[in-house]
Amino acid sequence: MTQRVAVIDYGMGNLHSVASALEHAGALEVIVTHDHAVISKADRVVFPGVGGIRDCMDAIRGLGCDQLLEQAITVERKPVLAICVGMQSLMTTSEENGGVACLNQVPGEVTFFGSPHLASDGARLKVPHMGWNQVVQKRAHPLWAGIESGTHFYFVHSYHVVPNDPDLVAGTFDYGLSGCAALARDNVFATQFHPEKSHQAGLTLLKNFLSWDGTC
Amino acid sequence: MALAKRIIPCLDVDRGRVVKGVNFVGIRDAGDPVEIARRYNEEGADEITFLDITASHEERDTTVQTVEQIAREVFIPLTVGGGIRALQDIRTMLNAGADKVSINTAAIHDPDLVSAAAARFGSQCIVVAIDVKRVSEPESPPRYELFTHGGRKSTGIEAVSWAKKMAALGAGELLLTSMDRDGTRDGFELTITREITDSVDIPVIASGGVGTLQHLADGVTQGGADAVLAASIFHFGEYTVREAKQFMFSEGIPMRL
Repeated sequence: MTQRVAVIDYGMGNLHSVASALEHAGALEVIVTHDHAVISKADRVVFPGVGGIRDCMDAIRGLGCDQLLEQAITVERKPVLAICVGMQSLMTTSEENGGVACLNQVPGEVTFFGSPHLASDGARLKVPHMGWNQVVQKRAHPLWAGIESGTHFYFVHSYHVVPNDPDLVAGTFDYGLSGCAALARDNVFATQFHPEKSHQAGLTLLKNFLSWDGTC
Repeated sequence: MALAKRIIPCLDVDRGRVVKGVNFVGIRDAGDPVEIARRYNEEGADEITFLDITASHEERDTTVQTVEQIAREVFIPLTVGGGIRALQDIRTMLNAGADKVSINTAAIHDPDLVSAAAARFGSQCIVVAIDVKRVSEPESPPRYELFTHGGRKSTGIEAVSWAKKMAALGAGELLLTSMDRDGTRDGFELTITREITDSVDIPVIASGGVGTLQHLADGVTQGGADAVLAASIFHFGEYTVREAKQFMFSEGIPMRL
């Protein structure tokens, strides 16, 4: 299977880490771009994101990345991997920045952990949820191949996604609540954690993405 | 199932070379930050902090190149500190491949830089470094203040209120260094560490004074730190990062092994 990967660049931060990690995982060609023509020729698409959701959504819409994602996901049906704020952007709305309408590719909300955010025993938990937490796999998926349930991945976020359809949740993390660490629907896989910063486990997941045919 | 506590080896880098001595067995070039970062990555470090102590601004290009090289092959979070004075410095380091930047003196001169940086790049990548010294007499209630210039220059700013202010301005994390303990190998200054971790809702990294593995564990269990940073105990090959993580785990601390 050819492994030409487009990483969607909508100008919101450093995408070199994602690109380097994909190359390290075996991608033959990684193109960081928002050029529609280039992305439509790619075999698979990575949709990363960092920063505030309002600026991200403005940049995504401003560059027409909403349309090209729609094209890649529902028309061309390519394997798509959304990461962190990229995952959050796929939802319907986010509470961040006073409430922001997102892409509604996956019906559901992005909600704040809360302040204070408390553990079940009443202990105060730090926000952002920053560091290595265990991801419990909720369903089998080709992207989990070779990764044990309970493996640590690197997270850094203050908001988390709640899809309307709980069956889409592919993995959870435990941080005062059971949060959605990964969701999967048809040709879309999305992670709240950063595979590009998650050492060997993250590289394995990216390698799995590179050989994934988009079905599950 | 819990969020793991982090061990962060720190590289002090001057003009592209690691200083403060590094003495690994089997390492080809003890001063090469890329090789040392790779080593820590293999040993299971949870993050790496790269502190640029290059004096002259002109030689900072070397730092950017080094950060680029590390980011190309080390797939764990990388924080870069030292000489971050303006939004453009942050942009440069993030573009080079840093995941977070650490702001120190510039936050004291211009606290608005912290809020501007958080608004522009997101709190998740803004670490504020706080260098403190105890200024109260031994018998009186403890008071800690911020110091600059490697602990030589007093600012008169009280540490806990400063930590709260930085969190309110949008810092995503605090890197707390005791200048009284730095280099002593006597262990973290646990009093101020605990006071600050209890005062803010953002993660706190304890730094300064680690000489034993027990010190690392104490930073978490007594100081309440979310992460512990150390340089020399790892540089001189006394302990590997993996040994440190296993020790902390054996003390009941959640770790990524």
